[in-house]
Amino acid sequence: MGRFHAHPDGTVHEHDHEREGSPSSHDVGDHRGYEATGTARVEILERILSENDRIAASNRQDFAQAGVVSVNLMSSPGAGKTTLLKRTLAQIGETRRVGILEGDIATSIDADQLAGFGAAAVSLVNTSAGFGGECHLDAIMVRSGLGRLPLGELDLLIIENVGNLVCPAEFDVGQHAKAMVYAVTEGEEKPLKYPVMFRAVDAVVVNKIDLLPYLDFDLDLFLANLKAVNPTATVIQVSARNGAGIDDWCGWLLDQSPTGP
Amino acid sequence: MHELAVCEAIAETVRGRAAGRSPARIQVRIGYLRQVVPDSLLFSWELLTADTDLEHCKLDIEHVPAVVACRICGNRTTLELPILVCGSCGTADVELVTGDEFDLASFDVVAT
Repeated sequence: MGRFHAHPDGTVHEHDHEREGSPSSHDVGDHRGYEATGTARVEILERILSENDRIAASNRQDFAQAGVVSVNLMSSPGAGKTTLLKRTLAQIGETRRVGILEGDIATSIDADQLAGFGAAAVSLVNTSAGFGGECHLDAIMVRSGLGRLPLGELDLLIIENVGNLVCPAEFDVGQHAKAMVYAVTEGEEKPLKYPVMFRAVDAVVVNKIDLLPYLDFDLDLFLANLKAVNPTATVIQVSARNGAGIDDWCGWLLDQSPTGP
Repeated sequence: MHELAVCEAIAETVRGRAAGRSPARIQVRIGYLRQVVPDSLLFSWELLTADTDLEHCKLDIEHVPAVVACRICGNRTTLELPILVCGSCGTADVELVTGDEFDLASFDVVAT
């Protein structure tokens, strides 16, 4: 692999230099030496995912115009997103028109389940195009799924992301708020191991608390770890299985606004 | 795993801006707090650009350390763990100065 070197501004980077003409440019981190080797630099200076961000902004605008609050719901596989959504629909599905945009690498199992639970509309986006399935939803995939949803007839759209603690955190899909489901069976150290996800969200739903008596899980340690990476996240303890805490979760959902951040 | 999608985004932007010129190297800046694995990014780049117009174009990854500035004591700390606390006084009341970067900085084309 390449070498690390430091720039005067404190940044450190790594790359190989076999094509570079001037060895001195490497020492000082100055790349003007490229000119001498017959190359010219084109400055871009935009976010790598700027195209995704642009489409996410269009999605957000469409949601706001339709008066729909959109929430991006993320978690690792098996943390209980779909079970939580069933509870959510049972609780607020009669008074609010809830749409679900369901992202799954393959199959319509989750979408089929939710359709029978009082969702006003369910749109399935399979991410399996490309190399064996994308591990996240991006703004373009969400946009493609919106065509199958009657946005104007909805109050709330929940975007159920692909089960994964890494990739979905990097992609803005145009949501107004981000929440994640974390199950107490996952271990106390997860906020430290997946800081991008835990930092990215507005709310952390701590699920499966009905299992606490049977686990060696240290809830206080988990909450301290969470606070270390995200001091401002709202923490909601629930059991999607027995319904504990679902009132709090639904209260948070209904507090979100399409004009919010 | 999303490194492939990241590479696709890089390739698309560079192709658009290159306007027919041949990019030789691309410079990206990735903060310590982003969850991108450099080796994985380089592997995905090779996979994605093989047998394309970008086949010989290299990706330079600049890793930007995570630095926080303390709102209480004013000190700056370079983080070794993704825990946003001041290294001097220990408060979590800090502002992230660098480390969140996920930027396509520039690319080099062979001058004609």
